Amino acid sequence: MTTATRTRSLFDPRLMKAAVAGAFFKLDPRYLAKNPVMFVTEACSVFTTILGIRALFAPGEAPAAFTLTVSAWLWATVLFSNFAEALAEGRGKAQADSLRKARRDIQAKRLNTEVRTSPFNLVAAPDLRKGDIVLVEAGSTIPADGEVIEGVASVDESAITGESAPVIRESGGDRSAVTGGTRVLSDWLVVRITTNPGEAFLDRMIALVEGAKRQKTPNEIALNILLAFMTIVFLLAVVTLLPFSLFAVHAAGQGQPVTVTVLIALLVCLIPTTIGGLLSAIGISGMDRLIRANVIATSGRAVEAAGDVDVLLLDKTGTITLGNRLATSFLPAPGADPKVLADAAQLASLSDETPEGRSIVVLAKQLFSIRERDVEGLHAHFVPFSATTRMSGVNLDGRQIRKGAADAVEAFVRSLGGSFPNEVRAHVETVAKSGGTPLVVADGPRVLGVVHLKDVLKGGIRERFAELRKMGIATIMITGDNPLTAAAIAAEAGVDDFLAQATPEMKLKLIREKQSQGHLVAMTGDGTNDAPALAQADVAVAMNTGTQAAREAGNMVDLDSNPTKLIEIVEIGKQLLMTRGSLTTFSVANDVAKYFAILPAAFAATYPALKALDIMGLTSPTSAILSAVIFNALIIVLLIPLALRGVSYRALGADALLRRNLLIYGVGGLFSPFVGIKLIDLLLSAIGLA
Amino acid sequence: MTINNLVQGGLYVALLIVLAWPLGSFMARLYEGKRTILDPVLGPFERLLYRVAGVKPEVEMNWTAYAGALLVFNLLGFLAVYSLQRLQHLLPLNPMGLGPVSPDSSFNTAVSFATNTNWQGYGGETTMSYLTQMLALTVQNFVSAAAGMAVLVALIRGLARRQVETIGSFWVDMVRSTLYVLLPLSLVLAVFLVSQGVVQTFRPSQTVTLLEPARDADGKAVTEQTIAVGPAASQVAIKQLGTNGGGFFNANSAHPLENPTALSNLAELVSILLIPAALCFTFGRMVRDERQGVSILLAMTVTLVGFYGFTASAEQAGNPMFAAIGADIGYGADHPGGNMEGKEARFGIAQSALWATATTAASNGSVNAMHDSFTPLGGLGPMVLMQLGEVVFGGVGSGLYGMLVFAIVTVFIAGLMVGRTPEYLGKKIEAFEIKMASIALLAPSGMVLAGTAISVVTTGGVAGIFNPGAHGFSEVLYNLSSASNNNGSAFGGMSTNTPFYNLLLGLCMLVGRYWIAIPVLALAGSLARKKAVASGPGTFPTHTPLFVALLLAMVVLVGALTFLPALALGPIVEHLMMTAAA
Repeated sequence: MTTATRTRSLFDPRLMKAAVAGAFFKLDPRYLAKNPVMFVTEACSVFTTILGIRALFAPGEAPAAFTLTVSAWLWATVLFSNFAEALAEGRGKAQADSLRKARRDIQAKRLNTEVRTSPFNLVAAPDLRKGDIVLVEAGSTIPADGEVIEGVASVDESAITGESAPVIRESGGDRSAVTGGTRVLSDWLVVRITTNPGEAFLDRMIALVEGAKRQKTPNEIALNILLAFMTIVFLLAVVTLLPFSLFAVHAAGQGQPVTVTVLIALLVCLIPTTIGGLLSAIGISGMDRLIRANVIATSGRAVEAAGDVDVLLLDKTGTITLGNRLATSFLPAPGADPKVLADAAQLASLSDETPEGRSIVVLAKQLFSIRERDVEGLHAHFVPFSATTRMSGVNLDGRQIRKGAADAVEAFVRSLGGSFPNEVRAHVETVAKSGGTPLVVADGPRVLGVVHLKDVLKGGIRERFAELRKMGIATIMITGDNPLTAAAIAAEAGVDDFLAQATPEMKLKLIREKQSQGHLVAMTGDGTNDAPALAQADVAVAMNTGTQAAREAGNMVDLDSNPTKLIEIVEIGKQLLMTRGSLTTFSVANDVAKYFAILPAAFAATYPALKALDIMGLTSPTSAILSAVIFNALIIVLLIPLALRGVSYRALGADALLRRNLLIYGVGGLFSPFVGIKLIDLLLSAIGLA
Repeated sequence: MTINNLVQGGLYVALLIVLAWPLGSFMARLYEGKRTILDPVLGPFERLLYRVAGVKPEVEMNWTAYAGALLVFNLLGFLAVYSLQRLQHLLPLNPMGLGPVSPDSSFNTAVSFATNTNWQGYGGETTMSYLTQMLALTVQNFVSAAAGMAVLVALIRGLARRQVETIGSFWVDMVRSTLYVLLPLSLVLAVFLVSQGVVQTFRPSQTVTLLEPARDADGKAVTEQTIAVGPAASQVAIKQLGTNGGGFFNANSAHPLENPTALSNLAELVSILLIPAALCFTFGRMVRDERQGVSILLAMTVTLVGFYGFTASAEQAGNPMFAAIGADIGYGADHPGGNMEGKEARFGIAQSALWATATTAASNGSVNAMHDSFTPLGGLGPMVLMQLGEVVFGGVGSGLYGMLVFAIVTVFIAGLMVGRTPEYLGKKIEAFEIKMASIALLAPSGMVLAGTAISVVTTGGVAGIFNPGAHGFSEVLYNLSSASNNNGSAFGGMSTNTPFYNLLLGLCMLVGRYWIAIPVLALAGSLARKKAVASGPGTFPTHTPLFVALLLAMVVLVGALTFLPALALGPIVEHLMMTAAA
């Protein structure tokens, strides 16, 4: 997704309008009570409003205009925070709503038994319970998440995946899970419903992005506690200032005690409103980013855990390599012409529609310009691959051209009275050692040479693993290949380790072993036999094409069924935590400048000497306090885009990342308010408000 | 800052680190239950103690049992100290025939010594009998220090252990701290101090004829002087080593019989920070990563040196108002210059500033100069060191556990910035840990602010404030900071031996001790239960200079943000007014 489209959707006018309304709805103190920082801010707003209104009728401790202006900006602080949350919610909900729409008003045919032809009655989709059996026929929508127990059908899943090509769903095997809201295009399916209403993936996803119902994630809870305690500390520091000020006035014999309005202004400036106001928005938009990546998490906890993962188990096929092996070179036997070898190999592969076979035809064309020929036209007889011969090829004009595994071809040539040259044997071994698959080509009793079939890595995967290593994440390749082949591919791809001839039990064992060493493990899986490993892994991403068992064992579902997505999920998790940490640091660092603005202003009358602390040289005490309060409110608005997008993420080691974020958000947070407050002060005095 | 001040400060820090390292290694072996060189001598005695007390040394406790034992032990100590003071007129070893101590003062002193604060509302030589000094105060000097070490060791075990419920045995940790660390060190120090002329006797106060008669305030001739003596050396040794600070004499280590020579001054000064510094090495050893201990020690040392430089510079700069009327306050070959008010001429600015910094960095509280007479900024340094929560070295044990709480909070915020759930030494920092850490950070600061606020607006509080203006406020703030952070150092210039202050400060001391110690034990229990996360390039490293800087920044920032308004109305405005007037 490009930055341009993100920016557009961030400030989508329709979402903005809804968010503005949401900002006011969220003023409900029962709702705000869940956010201690903003709750205190709202209480302060109410209090100053009352003080201001009282001052209108009877002279109060401070001029009514001043108190009411402060009060207005305190309300603005709360509203800005609410707006951020509402905007984040809106973005997530917009997508969820469109999904929800897909399920509305669906009538399901509930069967009495598991047999397709058994009688049914029509029920509304929300009334379906776990265990119900429904019949879904061509053209109708699957009413809820479930598992196919009978039938095979093509299903349009574009509503959730965005992928327009229909997919096949059938009973048994690894493609038996169906998602509510998707549409059966052809044939029919008998589906056993696996979720109760409100528990479906879609429901969980919607719950993650709705502020009111959202469950806070563990780290967010911890941060909230810290923010609450910081609020208490500042509350104490500010409340005790009143007696301190009374004593100071008494001791100095001049000036007035500090006003409650000023104290409240100071309090709101000091408590971490920036992070407190944006915390919820950060959490929601983290989930939203995941949904945009077409991944549904069953809990926020899983997303946070993704940031902690330091071992990735990646399936070789589809993740590290393109699905298929491809021919990369011809290695002729002694005395054999390479072109003859290529020609024979191509002939043997003409009718071989496997990707490997196609790649041999293509390679021969590329290297020796041998055109593809029509098998029919040659009157050739195609000999397909079989498990017993372990060879394929053609019979053509009395020639028997074969390609296959070395031992199979050797047996074949020997049976025809030929011999198997040692040089060819050497080629076979070299290819095997390099991680490739050797295919020996023979024309009758004569061995022509070897075709080197090779696993082809996905573009850029090596660099990706290098980045992961820098981030401190080890990658382990899981493959069914033999150890020799696996080692070669692992070295080429640059993974840290590999598990060869992997079985589901070995995977499970490996995960447990890594976990006992203190690592957090992430993996992807789709088959039912992956389920135990998925359940054991800390972050388990099930493919949407996978079985229901796999989807239930995992804590995320990738709607695109793209195993490389795991890397993206880890990044989203890290970015979520980083955004929280960075804005907390920024928020706390801001306080230093606010002290320098408000303290001299509050005590200038009692101790004129304190004017020396006013290093910003602000126009007047009133303007100093207003500038600090206004800065405190506006900074929330300015940081909304950052909260929603997350801080920019780079694949760096922890030390470098920390240095970078500290510099931007720590040092930046320390100095930026000095500039900001001064600018607001200049503006206020320019328009004559100060 | 003169070269003299720099050299004296540098030598002190170097000597401290050199001595702390072997002691730290020794303590690590001790607390891990390994054999130490003192085993042949003290082992049989240790085992005898367990048999007599019916303690099974191999039985460990979970955190609630550990905290319970700590509280019960301290409660018994409190009752003993309180009763001894109230009944001292009926008990032996009271050659001066001193009467019972008032109930409020007894309460204050009992709390003070049980919590390792050693705030003294009373004047030692005119209030406490020798029996009270030895059996009540000196005993608590040992065991309150040992209790701090025990809580620290429990926390370290929590960090080092994996997936267990227990964090050690309180009784064993107490016995080992007292028997193997505090007693031998005090013995060595006491003998050394006696060699320097510190008094150690059971005889009553001595009356001597003055060589040169003086006149008192009424103009009457004074020919005799009463010199207080007593078993001082033994108490001075542990008051320094155990970061207690409660002097035998009212003038504390400014008194020539408590601290007579330059060497005794150096020995007492090193003793203040010796165990707190050594415990950093112990920590590194016990968590199997010595760099972790070194980085904490580095953060503490840098802060100490910074504050020493600040205080020494402020004192050396002196009062510009004197310069304005023509007094020479510059440094010269035959005069120290600067502000010498309230300082012993034999210690000068460097040793006084060094002591003031060390005694407030550690929660010691002993003094060799009057902090009240420091310049406003010179007094600000020690005051801020206490307000930081007594974590720069701090009390024996309590300083490091306070610092580890800061480390946990630092890791929590900074760790998030590297994109992982924060962890310290492999232990994930989650909601419970943050809750406990927050309570521990909040409690003492809250007491300082609330206590100061109450003192400056109530009649009982204002009655004790003698000095007018901002300086009076500084004094109240200083004393509340001292009590709430279990330091015990007094600014002076206030009458605090009143029911109001005895009760208020007693309460502050209780909150400042147990509202940290108990959350810390809860932390220890919770951390011990966790498994350790493997570390790698993605983990936030806690042994780098960057972490040291961050930890430092966190300690200073939390302190500054909490106390800046109060400080602005005290020492800061005092300083600004002083410079403006000059």
